[in-house]
Amino acid sequence: MKKILLNRDFILFSIILIILIAVGFANPLFVTPKSISDVLTDTSILIILALSQMIVILIRAIDLSVASNLALSGMLISLLSTVHPELPVYYFIALSCVIGTILGVLNGISIAILKVPFIVTTLGTLSIYRGLIYFVSDGKQVYSNEFSEDFLALIHVKFLSLSFLFWLAVVVFIVIYILLNHTRFGRNLYSLGGNPDAAKYIGINENKYIIMAYSLSGFFAGLCGYLWVARYSVASTQIAIGFELTVISACVVGGISVMGGVGTVLGCVLGALLIGLIRNALPAVDISQFWQLAISGAIILLAIIINTKTEQRKEKTIMVEN
Amino acid sequence: MSLIPDKPPFKLLDILYKKEFILFVVLVSILIINSNISPYFLDLYNLIDSTFLFSEKAIIALTMTFVIIARQIDLSVASIIAVSSVVLGYTTSLGYDTWLVLLLTLLSGALCGAFNGAIITKFAIPSIIVTIGTMSLFRGLAYSFLEDSYYNKFPKLVGKLGGGYLFGYIPYAFLTFILLAFVFAFILHKTSIGKKIYSIGNNPDAAQYTGIAVDKYTFVLFTLNGLFSAIAAIFLSGRLSSVRPNIAFGWELEIITMVVLGGVYIYGGSGSILGVVISIFILGMLSFGLGLLNVPGVGIIIFTGLLLILSIGFPSFVRTLRRKNE
Repeated sequence: MKKILLNRDFILFSIILIILIAVGFANPLFVTPKSISDVLTDTSILIILALSQMIVILIRAIDLSVASNLALSGMLISLLSTVHPELPVYYFIALSCVIGTILGVLNGISIAILKVPFIVTTLGTLSIYRGLIYFVSDGKQVYSNEFSEDFLALIHVKFLSLSFLFWLAVVVFIVIYILLNHTRFGRNLYSLGGNPDAAKYIGINENKYIIMAYSLSGFFAGLCGYLWVARYSVASTQIAIGFELTVISACVVGGISVMGGVGTVLGCVLGALLIGLIRNALPAVDISQFWQLAISGAIILLAIIINTKTEQRKEKTIMVEN
Repeated sequence: MSLIPDKPPFKLLDILYKKEFILFVVLVSILIINSNISPYFLDLYNLIDSTFLFSEKAIIALTMTFVIIARQIDLSVASIIAVSSVVLGYTTSLGYDTWLVLLLTLLSGALCGAFNGAIITKFAIPSIIVTIGTMSLFRGLAYSFLEDSYYNKFPKLVGKLGGGYLFGYIPYAFLTFILLAFVFAFILHKTSIGKKIYSIGNNPDAAQYTGIAVDKYTFVLFTLNGLFSAIAAIFLSGRLSSVRPNIAFGWELEIITMVVLGGVYIYGGSGSILGVVISIFILGMLSFGLGLLNVPGVGIIIFTGLLLILSIGFPSFVRTLRRKNE
C-alpha cells in the first residue's frame, strides 16, 4: 500500500485530481463532462508529442525540432490540399507522417553518422525547418475556407461523445506503451539510456536506435502536423512556435529523466495532462492569460526539483545499505 | 633523458589546421563575395552600422562562451533581457535617477542569473532543463507585469548608449563588445580562472577533486551571464526605444549558434574567445550581405542553421572516414 502511495504516477494523478476539485469549487462549470472532454481534446496533441519526445529523451537526447517539423509538414499538406482538394483525407495524413519521418531521419543521420551533438543538430533543424515553411508558402497563410471539407471533417468526428483527437491519443498511448514495455526495441532503448557503454558491449547498435528514435519522433510530429492544421483550420509560418518546450516540460513533469533510461509511459501522459489542465484551468479561475507562461515555468521548475530530490534520496539509501 | 616540452614547438603549418584559421578563411571569403556582389557592402558607414545588428547578442555570447566551456548551457538569456528591459522601463516610469535605474536593471539581470545558478548547483539538476524552466518563468514574469502594454520612455543616457556613436563613428554597443572581448580573452586564456573553467568543462569530478570549487564557479558564471543579459537589455532598449514582453524572442538560440560555430565544444572543455569573435563577424557579415541582396530574414535563418550543423558535422565526418581508412 505504501508503495502505491509513494508511486510517482500516483502522486501525479492525485495532484491532477486535487487541481480539478479545487478549480471545480471555484468554477463548477469547469468540471462538467463537456468541459472536461474539451480539456482532453485540447491536450491530445501535447500527449502524442510528449510520448514521442519520451522515446528520444530515454536515450539521453532531446528533439527540439518537433514544433518546426510539425509546422512544416502541416504547411506542405495544406498547400497540397489547396491544389488538390479532391484527394481523400487519409492521403494527407499519410503524407504528413511521411514528411515528418523524413525530417526526423535527417536529424538522426546528423546525430548518429555526422556525430553532431543532438542539441546542435536539433537547434539547427529547428531554424531550418521553420525557415523552409516561409520558402514553400511565400510567407502566406492557408485559411480555413481554402481547405476541403473532407480535410477538416475528420477532426470533428466524435465517438462516445469524446473527440477523434482524444481517441487517437489513446491509440498512440497504447502503441507506445506496448513498444516500450513489451518489445525488444523498447527494452534496448531503456538500456541505451541507462548505460550507453554497457548497452554497446552487449551488442546494441547505438546509431541504429538513435536514427529510429528520431524517425519515430518525426513520424508523430508529422501526424500532429495534420492534426494541428485541421484542428485550428489554419496553416501559417507561426503555428506551434515554441511548442517544443511545452512538450519537453510535459515529459519532465511526467518524470522522464533527462539523464536517460528512466520514466514510464503513464507518467508521461499524466505530465502532459497536468500541463494541459493548468493551461485550461487558469482562465476558468479568472487568472489573466498573461500569467500562464510564468506559472508553467514555475511548475516545470518545481517538478524537476521534486524529481531530482526523490531520485537522489534513492541513491542515498542504496549507499547506506551497502 | 629526453625532456617532454610543456608546450609543443611552434610550427607555421599548425596554424592552418586551427579552427580559428578555418573560421578566418570563411570570414574573408564572405567579405570578398559580399563586396563583389553588392557595391554597397564595402562602405565604411554601412559596415559600422551593420554592427548594430549583432553587438547586443555578441556581448552575451562572451559570457555564454564561458558557460558552455564549463559544460553548462543557458537557454534563459533572452528571457532575462525581457525581465531587465521591463525593470528598466518601470524604474524610469517611477522617476528614479539614471544611475539608480541602470543599477537596478543590472541587478535584476544578475539576480535572474543567480537564481539559475542556485537551482543548478543546489539541486544538481542539468542546466539545460533548469533554464528551459526559467526561460518560461522569466519571460512569463515580464508578460504578467507588462501584459499587452509597453514602455517607451527611458533615461536619455540609455537612448544614447543604444543608438549613439563615440566620436561620431563607433557605436557604443560595438565598442563595449570589443573591449569586453579583450577582457574575456585575457581571463580565459591568460589567468588561472580560465584554466579552472577549462578543467571544470573537461571533467567536473576531477576538477572537484583537485580542489576547484566547481559549484561556486558555476554559480558565478550563471550570475555573470544574467548580468551581461541585462547589459545587452540596456543597449537593446535604448536602440529600439520601446519595450514589449516579447523583446529579444528566440535570441538564446542565435547566441548559442554564435558560440558553437566559433568552435566551442557544446559538451565543454574546449574553445576560444578568438573563434567566437570571428564567428560573430561571420554571422553578422553574412546576414548583412544577404540583407543587401534582399534575401528575406528566413533565408538567413536557414543558412545559419545549415552552417551550424555542417561546421561541426563536416570535420567530424572527415575524421571518421580517415579513421576507417587507417
